[in-house]
Amino acid sequence: MEEVDVEPTTTPIPGFDSNQKHLGFVWGPGDILVYETIYKASGGSAGGCPFVHEVRKDEDIYSPILRKLFNESHHIFVGLQRIREDLPSKNKKPQFVSISKNYRSVIRACMEELQQVAVYHNDSLGNTLLSLELIWNLCEVLFIDAAPAGSLVLHLLDWVRLHKADVDEKAREVLASESPAEHQAYWDVVISYVLQGRMDEARQVLVKQAALQPAARVMFKLLDNLLMKMPIFNPGETQTLTEFDVKWRHWREEVDHCLQDQSFASNRHLEDICKILVGDEDVLLEYKELLSTWYHFLVTRLLFSHPTVKPTELHYYAQSSMHMFLDTRSVPEPLDSILLAAFEFDIHQVIKDCSIALNNWWFVGHLTDLLDHCKLLQSHNLHFGSNLREFLLLEYASGLFTHHSLWQLAVDYFDHCPEFGRVYLELQIERVPLDTERKALKVIRICEQRQMTEQVRSICKIMAKKALRNNRLGSALSWSIRAKDAAFATLISERFLQDYCAKGTFSDLDLIDNLGPAMLLSDRLTFLGKYREFHRLYGEKRFSDAAKLLLSLMTAKIAPHSFWMTLLTDALPLLEQKEVIFSADQTHELMFCLEELTSGKSQLFTLASLARVKQLFTLH
Amino acid sequence: MMEGINAKYVSQKISKTRWRPVSSSSLQQPDIFATGSWDNEDNKISIWSIGENGISGLDDEFEGDPQLVCEHKHNGDVLDLQFLDQDRIVTASSTGAVIIFRHHHNSQTLSVSQLWERAHHYPCDNAPCTGIVCNSPEIVTVGEDGRIILFRADQEGVLRTIENADSSTIHDVTFLRTTEILTVNSIGQLKIWDFRQQGNEPSQILSLTGDRVPLHCVDRHPNQQHIVATGGQDGMLCIWDVRQGNMPFSLMEAHSAEMWEVHFHPSNPDHLFSCSEDGSLLHWETSSNSDTPSFLQGGRNTSIVSRSAIAPAGGNQSLISSWLTGDSSKGRLETTHMLPSQTLSVNSLDVLGQCLVCGTDGEAIYVNRRVPI
Repeated sequence: MEEVDVEPTTTPIPGFDSNQKHLGFVWGPGDILVYETIYKASGGSAGGCPFVHEVRKDEDIYSPILRKLFNESHHIFVGLQRIREDLPSKNKKPQFVSISKNYRSVIRACMEELQQVAVYHNDSLGNTLLSLELIWNLCEVLFIDAAPAGSLVLHLLDWVRLHKADVDEKAREVLASESPAEHQAYWDVVISYVLQGRMDEARQVLVKQAALQPAARVMFKLLDNLLMKMPIFNPGETQTLTEFDVKWRHWREEVDHCLQDQSFASNRHLEDICKILVGDEDVLLEYKELLSTWYHFLVTRLLFSHPTVKPTELHYYAQSSMHMFLDTRSVPEPLDSILLAAFEFDIHQVIKDCSIALNNWWFVGHLTDLLDHCKLLQSHNLHFGSNLREFLLLEYASGLFTHHSLWQLAVDYFDHCPEFGRVYLELQIERVPLDTERKALKVIRICEQRQMTEQVRSICKIMAKKALRNNRLGSALSWSIRAKDAAFATLISERFLQDYCAKGTFSDLDLIDNLGPAMLLSDRLTFLGKYREFHRLYGEKRFSDAAKLLLSLMTAKIAPHSFWMTLLTDALPLLEQKEVIFSADQTHELMFCLEELTSGKSQLFTLASLARVKQLFTLH
Repeated sequence: MMEGINAKYVSQKISKTRWRPVSSSSLQQPDIFATGSWDNEDNKISIWSIGENGISGLDDEFEGDPQLVCEHKHNGDVLDLQFLDQDRIVTASSTGAVIIFRHHHNSQTLSVSQLWERAHHYPCDNAPCTGIVCNSPEIVTVGEDGRIILFRADQEGVLRTIENADSSTIHDVTFLRTTEILTVNSIGQLKIWDFRQQGNEPSQILSLTGDRVPLHCVDRHPNQQHIVATGGQDGMLCIWDVRQGNMPFSLMEAHSAEMWEVHFHPSNPDHLFSCSEDGSLLHWETSSNSDTPSFLQGGRNTSIVSRSAIAPAGGNQSLISSWLTGDSSKGRLETTHMLPSQTLSVNSLDVLGQCLVCGTDGEAIYVNRRVPI
């Protein structure tokens, strides 16, 4: 047995003292049922407790806002599976990036809605979604988009900017104030812009300060110039990475010169900016509060010290950034280790850490599926046979199936798990509660589309029995026809015939008269239809046709033996007619049937009626 | 073709959507619709608004986004939903109840105005009520128990019950005339009931020869009272002339799974809409060169004409749908998919004026405000 990665969490059961009694439990599809046994911890037994507790791991699945996440992402997932395999990978990458962005926008939409709704409670969910989007975005940059050196830093900058939107808010506040340059947050805004590499915005805000200090005009102009000239790698241009590197080093030397020359010595802020521009780590760390996270620190560091960093070199800077930024005594948060694993390009570690940290498989399932489509996961067989992607999707879909409404989404996920999906679906689909016919029809349609004939039969049988119990013979027959269940159709016909024997008339004539080809489903059903036809013919006084039909019912062995007596009794009025209806041959056959009946084991007749019949036949 | 149609995710599987009726005199497009949910532990009916009409803003998509006006808890799945009038909505519940909700415009709230608790029932179990049709103040409901019940809004009791009208489930009902209704059931029969007659027998039964495919929906042509369209389990669309006995006019393959709803466009009946479990919503359009509506085309198919025993009253017009394929008829039939991509089952649709609304099992509502008719 493998070692556990983290200590399992303990959930206390209310009213239960583990020192006193033993707990009993049983696993359910998405939860555990727990009860207090009669067995004392110290041995012996005592009275039990009448309560059963349901312990559920995943509460999120019941949040109405998250439901939108599940539904929308299902739509995206299905679309992703349908992307054709034979397209060259060059064309597929933009598609995958676009799908990744779709997923992220769905997360963002949910997050925004959560923020609108919950201000005081349950914003832990909002925070979780925020982290999820952060992680996904990083995975998109590093793995899916796979930016090469040069673009890499730019993409990482975008990533950081997206998740540090409070700068713009602060800037708006400062610029809207009466005297922006004197606002207490003024320099914070300028420095934050510089840290994020947004030189244009920084320059715009700096102008306000420059206006206030005409004496230092030269100094401000110098800094403005440096900021403006900072080279930014442009992947679209014909400039190669090396050329950019040369330009950048030149610029950096120029900035360094200014520092050495003490050009900004009179203004601490401007000097700090200059030091940031050369990537002075000590100064950067002074602005920890503005950076607020180690990964912001990392990206800023890279921007100003190693803008041509290669993806393979990232992990080194990531680790050192984390160590420099964080208090060495504090335990790294799960988010930090996940991001670090991403910077180390250890996809499996990312997935593993996310699986542990989250209580719902949604995130890892969809992300892994997308990465798998990008062919980024090594085929890594787990102990239980399926690969990582399939394992996660199966877990996610099984979780969905426990939900009273979201089970329908799970079906598509199972469809795209080639190894075990079908088996899982077969087991789960039969457990969906069927309260209405409409729901049963939907479930059956799902099974029929996947050729799960056993499940179709079993569901139809459940519905047919229910209908029969409520005396809805037409409905019951309709279900039997759907399942092509001859045995049940026979059962229903028996019911009709019993009713007839009991009451002397047929009930539900609208059904029997209009059986159509369904009549052929079972012999008994055919008999029922034909027997009714006999009655109709008799009612229309078409006696010879009626007689022929009646006889054929017996001779063709469609009629059950138990009914022969009734049929023969039905023949009596025909025999008693003044005109001859049965021909000699036909009468002969009737006699034959009678003989067969009397010599047989069935005792379903009285001696009197038997005698009468014999008498009538011999008279004729 | 797909502009102006976006999904709005609403965290509940939608079983029914209906536009609130607009007065026929005004030329306004509808702006309010109601939805019912199903398969939830707490089902709801909700009223939505698609914003001000007449303001052709630049940002049509944003304006067309339905906003929730109000909602109310609903006991059981909403299996059918109809507007009785501008203020009242009748729903059919899976518990067998029939409920009238009143929409209070001032406070923008919904409240239960009338409730018939176990209108449809079995001796022991609940029997879902499956279909409603209204002709204010009369309400007719049908259910899995095979009953047809006639109510009057504002009257507490039941006006009339046709017991054991059907030995199988009745899935849908529509008015043919003010005193005549037509029901469809799960053994593929159409039954016409005349309320002027006493007794529990239908006045006419129609069905397809051949397999008895369960029928799920029916709709009557807005102008021709004897023409109905039905859809069923096999996704086939049938057009019937109920005066002509046991043969539908035309059978068309429409969907690859159950057809849940079919609707003629109320003011432009050359257009028909159907939605299905297979996730598609189809817009059927017949067109012809002549001025007469397509359903009243002069017929070419002599075999049908000779079978009819009824001399058409109009004289030169036999009522053959131009949808009948096979001959070089003057009409042609176009079908378009109305939803941008495959979704889970589209359970319900409604069309009024130029607006179409539908709801799916993917918990999404789609509204199209520029249906080409």
